[in-house]
Amino acid sequence: MKLELRGITKRFGSLVANDHIDLVVEPGEIHALLGENGAGKSTLMNVLYGLYDPDEGQVLIDDAPVTFAGPGDAMAAGIGMVHQHFMLVPVFTVAENVVLGHEPVRGARMIDLPRARRLVREISDRFGFDVDPDALIENLPVGAQQRVEIIKALSRDANVLILDEPTAVLTPQETDELIGIMRQLKAAGTSIVFITHKLREVRAVADVITVIRRGKVVGSAPPSAPETELASLMVGRSVDLGVTKKPAEPGEPALRVAGLSVIDHAGVLQLDDVTFEVARGEILAVAGVQGNGQTELAGAILGLQKPVAGSVLLDGTELVGAGVRDTLRAGVGYIPEDRSDDGIIASFSVAENLILDVHDRPPFARGISLDPATVEASATQRVDEYDVRLTSVQDPISTLSGGNQQKVVLAREMSRPLRLLIASQPTRGLDVGSIEFVHRRIIAERDVGTPVLLISTELDEVLAVADRILVLYRGRIVGIVPQKTDRDVLGLMLAGVPLEEAQVQAAEHHTALGAADIIATQEERS
Amino acid sequence: MSIVTAPPQGAAADPSTLRTSPLAPISWRAPIIYGVLALLTFVAFGVLPAGGRFTTFTFSTGTDLFAIAPVRVPSKSAAIALTLIALAVAVLSFVTTRLRRRIGPWLPALFGVVEVAALLTWAVAGKSNPLPVTGLLAGSLFLATPLVFGSLSGLLCERSGIINIAIEGQLLAGAFLAAVVGTLTQNAYVGLIAAPIAGVLVALLLILFSIRYRVDQIIVGVVLNVLVVGVTSYLFSTVMKDNAATWNSPPRLATLSIPILAKIPILGPVLFQQNVLVYLMYVVVAVLQIMLFRSRWGLRMRSVGEHPLAADTVGIKVNRTRIRNTMLGGAVAGLGGAFFTVAAGLAFGKEMTGGKGYIALAAMILGRWSPKGALAAALLFGFSDNLQVVLGIIGTPIPSQIMLMTPYAVTIFAVAGLVGRVRAPASEGIPYVK
Repeated sequence: MKLELRGITKRFGSLVANDHIDLVVEPGEIHALLGENGAGKSTLMNVLYGLYDPDEGQVLIDDAPVTFAGPGDAMAAGIGMVHQHFMLVPVFTVAENVVLGHEPVRGARMIDLPRARRLVREISDRFGFDVDPDALIENLPVGAQQRVEIIKALSRDANVLILDEPTAVLTPQETDELIGIMRQLKAAGTSIVFITHKLREVRAVADVITVIRRGKVVGSAPPSAPETELASLMVGRSVDLGVTKKPAEPGEPALRVAGLSVIDHAGVLQLDDVTFEVARGEILAVAGVQGNGQTELAGAILGLQKPVAGSVLLDGTELVGAGVRDTLRAGVGYIPEDRSDDGIIASFSVAENLILDVHDRPPFARGISLDPATVEASATQRVDEYDVRLTSVQDPISTLSGGNQQKVVLAREMSRPLRLLIASQPTRGLDVGSIEFVHRRIIAERDVGTPVLLISTELDEVLAVADRILVLYRGRIVGIVPQKTDRDVLGLMLAGVPLEEAQVQAAEHHTALGAADIIATQEERS
Repeated sequence: MSIVTAPPQGAAADPSTLRTSPLAPISWRAPIIYGVLALLTFVAFGVLPAGGRFTTFTFSTGTDLFAIAPVRVPSKSAAIALTLIALAVAVLSFVTTRLRRRIGPWLPALFGVVEVAALLTWAVAGKSNPLPVTGLLAGSLFLATPLVFGSLSGLLCERSGIINIAIEGQLLAGAFLAAVVGTLTQNAYVGLIAAPIAGVLVALLLILFSIRYRVDQIIVGVVLNVLVVGVTSYLFSTVMKDNAATWNSPPRLATLSIPILAKIPILGPVLFQQNVLVYLMYVVVAVLQIMLFRSRWGLRMRSVGEHPLAADTVGIKVNRTRIRNTMLGGAVAGLGGAFFTVAAGLAFGKEMTGGKGYIALAAMILGRWSPKGALAAALLFGFSDNLQVVLGIIGTPIPSQIMLMTPYAVTIFAVAGLVGRVRAPASEGIPYVK
């Protein structure tokens, strides 16, 4: 099936998310759609999938124009989509999720569950997935959930499969399996639209690359194009992909976490006897797939969650039992993982967001009232210092882009003398320019001697910024390794394989991305 | 072509390996509650009362196939025996909690039965009137009827994502219309058929505000309840009161005995000598229990209540599903409202539902959003309601004000203490906007 988009335009108010986009996907090709966060990739695919109505333009299938009133029409036309945030009902079984919307029925419209199970098994066997049709979605790891999404699309006879940022939640090895699946599907004649902002993956798997920037197609490239070329096409200027930093000069240990265990409200052990140290002037990165105890670790250090055991000593002072306010005032800076929920108050102004932690203290407070002049003056100064692009510090922070919001969070948390910085997913959802800024700031903080705990699910970020890497898996430390550790070894450790065994397994078999890494290194050398 | 790598060791997450840590604090709430209650009742019903009195329970009614002889027991010894069983349950609960083992719902059920039996033994001790067990149970089922319909209405709406606080209003509207139509036609069955229409009308308002205008569903529900109280009270005062013969003297639904079944001792009079509304209730509970969890309709409805966007992406019309189920819920609650007038044989009175809609909501939560659970919870509340009535007639040492409080106290204890960790449909109360 040939799929063509012609002149697709989609506006949200004054924002043009898609500006006359043309795209042709040939039968049996893997077509990568490369672009930064917010470039308009997902909007385009939602138009194609019938979730949004385009303001202008046409979708053609095998050269015949089609219109989709909703996702049902798109599916009927043979388009399947695996969304970035999985569209699975957590309390349903795999089989129920797969058949939802086109249920096999018998009798009085009762669901024919045996047939639903057979359908799942049949597709699952065809592609070598190991999926139990009766497992509840909420009990499955994300990699398996993604396979369920693919089964769901294939069970509807999808000829074109859209994968929206499919690797965002996967370990490198799971990503490798996904690449294998994509190649299998391609061999079976399915076209794939692969949406991503990760250059490495694009080069490993795509047949054709289309680059989107600010809602427009800015060019296309063969997968053999060098990474730097793709990056500058994507960002619109030449970018330095690496992070430049001096070697760390670690001082004496400042943060000592010992035997820390956290149990969540459901009684599940989320953090299991975690012990580590962070020295002054060093960045310790906590690597792990989302949901392996990182949130609880940050929460327990900060006092948001009460640990059931263990201690957190910062320069010899116990933080366990101290409230969040006392912890912050002891000199802990905290960049939360969920910016929009925990980092800012969306309806408050930029100036107000900058004093959330110190609003009750002089010079911002006078008795029981705020001093608006001081608040504004201080805000203006910090906004300049952190290069936040805005029209007025009195505007609600929700009017800022994600990158600028994160700069405000950084300005609040880092513009006081720190004894510890905890940065949790500090670059999630940001554009390349803001990512560079955040990384530079974190490294600058390390260089003045602050111990930094960086929590990240992005292996690229961990490898670029960390001095040492701690790998968490199901709340336990798999190992603490130096920054120079091989990507494939780290990938296996993310899946819970201990260091020695990971080294053996990685030596036996390189992943596609790991292999791409080696080739890239050789290219650089030559 | 096969997959490039085998899954790395340890990557296949098995949910059963999610460990419950030995560090997790043990909740001692249940054994403590059992223990304190059992001890208190042991002292109050067993140790303190004077001996030598007897309690009589009767089981048979005149229509039974064969008669069961009344049971006459010495009050003090029987109460001591029963509360000792309750103490044993408390000890068992203590042991299993300590071992971190979970036990089924039979334990609280057993505890409840022996404690209630002990209470009855004590309360009726030495009275000349025996306690009619069959009558107590039949009345409980009857009083549970509006609660069952109400909580089914709530779960139909909430399973599809709409919070229905307006059950109270729907019951009241149903009661009103059933009375008026029943009186005008002088036919209780026509009144019964009219009742769901009133419930649907209230549901349409709920739909208009919560889906079309996305107003907070809890607020809309409460406002609708006030609205229905206002409208029905106004019509009652201006029209019905002065002209009761024309507007407000509905005939009563006849009691229909089911042949043979009705003659089984105890069960027959309780289950099979009721009116058509109660029989309808059996059907609705059974049908919903099956349809909700096994039919296409049920799967789609639950998907819309849990993850509407996922439902939308597979072509299910989210708001249409919600509208249909909320209307169905309104009809079910309206039908339940007919209980108060045509089924009970009463004229309509101001605010005659007396908060039953809210208790129905509690029954829905206690029943964990399942029809059979709602039935069980509603029966519990119906029993406590009827217990108060029956003991009031026999006369007990307990002050009548305390007795009147029983159903509400049971509701609070049940919802606060017994529910434990329940999960409401994930997207209830959140309007779906594309």
